[in-house]
Amino acid sequence: MSTGNFENWAGEISEIGAIYPFVGTEFVLWLIGMGLFILWLVIQYRSENKQLEDERKKYGNAETIKKLLDVENPEQF
Amino acid sequence: MDNELASLGVIFTEFYYWLTVVMMFLIHVGFCMYEVAVSRHKNHMHTLMKNTMVIPLVTITFYFFGWWIYFAFPNGPGIIGGLIDAPHAKGWSQLMGPHMGGSGDPDGWARINGVFWAAFLLFSWTAASIVSGSVIERIRSNAFWILAVLIGSVFWIIDAAWGWHADGWMVKLLGYHDAYASGVIHAIAGGFALGILFVLGPRIGKFRKDGTARTIHPRNPWLYTVGLFVLYTGFWGFYVACNIPMWDIQSGDGVFYSATNIYLAPTTLSAITVNFLMSLSGGLLMGYIVSKGDAYWTYSAGLAGIIAASAGNDLYHPIQALLVSALGVLIIYKLHYWVERTFKIDDAVGAVAVHGYAGFYGVVIAGFILWGYPSSPNPDYASVNPLGQFIGALIMFGLLGFIPGWLFAKILNAFGALRIPKEIELIGLDTAANIQRLKDEQEILSAEHEALKK
Repeated sequence: MSTGNFENWAGEISEIGAIYPFVGTEFVLWLIGMGLFILWLVIQYRSENKQLEDERKKYGNAETIKKLLDVENPEQF
Repeated sequence: MDNELASLGVIFTEFYYWLTVVMMFLIHVGFCMYEVAVSRHKNHMHTLMKNTMVIPLVTITFYFFGWWIYFAFPNGPGIIGGLIDAPHAKGWSQLMGPHMGGSGDPDGWARINGVFWAAFLLFSWTAASIVSGSVIERIRSNAFWILAVLIGSVFWIIDAAWGWHADGWMVKLLGYHDAYASGVIHAIAGGFALGILFVLGPRIGKFRKDGTARTIHPRNPWLYTVGLFVLYTGFWGFYVACNIPMWDIQSGDGVFYSATNIYLAPTTLSAITVNFLMSLSGGLLMGYIVSKGDAYWTYSAGLAGIIAASAGNDLYHPIQALLVSALGVLIIYKLHYWVERTFKIDDAVGAVAVHGYAGFYGVVIAGFILWGYPSSPNPDYASVNPLGQFIGALIMFGLLGFIPGWLFAKILNAFGALRIPKEIELIGLDTAANIQRLKDEQEILSAEHEALKK
């Protein structure tokens, strides 16, 4: 039993071809990869929007902004 | 791989590109360092992460489709022919993974495909990173990453297929010559950044009411110094990666092995090493004068000098490289401030000038200096000429750079997905996290005091 195309390195090496496991699944892997890329962008987009909105609500009033502008380094805030 | 000498050639080429990839990694390190150095304290971490995430996002998309574009699009498609079949470069090709060659690899890609892909990928990161610096402190990270994938895995590689490929239609018809990517990386990325900046707008406070610009100084001179030196170092790898290390360039009878540029025309590593240093020097010398010794602009001018001479640095005499770079820096420095004043463009790191204008200029001036040179070993292709280079520069900076940058920024802006809220821009992107960190530290400090009492 082997997940690869071969079970030993004997014989004609150049005829082994691809040496990764599950040869033949490349297109499915490509689809999964593309799907994960798009999913990552969607999750990050939602997360960033929420974070910006939360911070705007918390620190976005004029008085807090004025205080923060006066001290660029928040360690002095 | 059954012949010792032939195998040595393949394995040497494989190792050669691997080495360039490692060297070029420093370009991204340098970009990250100097971008953070330019940003204000309240935006440091966001600035860093925005550029860091270019690495995985452009890498995976360049694997999924970018590499295939390079081999499939040299004819346009639709300009001088159709799509070219490129089975080894498809994201689902067996040759994109570990492979021993043989009958499943009739064109011998098994050992070169991965390192060649990676060398091009590092150019992709560079293209996206050039854009990254311009837009700091007010763009949404998500918007930037979408734009980074577009420039890094779509538009620059289309221009590479057209003008940086031995059989690209621009080489064939226009005699386009751009050996070290003045246009195909720098002009396009600078143009793309400028397109975005027109839509994104300046940082709050950048312009006075009368329209004149205020200077937002870089925050950390030591970090940008190290960053730009590291970037220069990575740029050596970039130059070497633009060559093919060993190729039989003798047409007709006989054999003559040499390094070649990407068009398979001969050059030497020695030539490009000298010209790299002379164009860096020309840029630094002129940058120091025009900026009156300003450190940030002097270092940036060194980079701009190399970019200005890169299109022809495979063939220029070293003193020509020096003069071309010095003149280029003079032009781009003046142009940067003229564009800033006239169009109210806030390019935070000067990337549009250093890369975009210098790249455009580099392509155009190569058309005059190399007028009549063969653009390719193929005698049927057009020779290098000023008009072809000028059209090429317009395609790089405008058609594939500025227009897509502007268009996709417009689309993102229409959905309210381009720029951060005004309140967040004022307080800074990192401020909430910094305040939370301080609260956490205070809590730990209190706990430590309590432990001391017991």
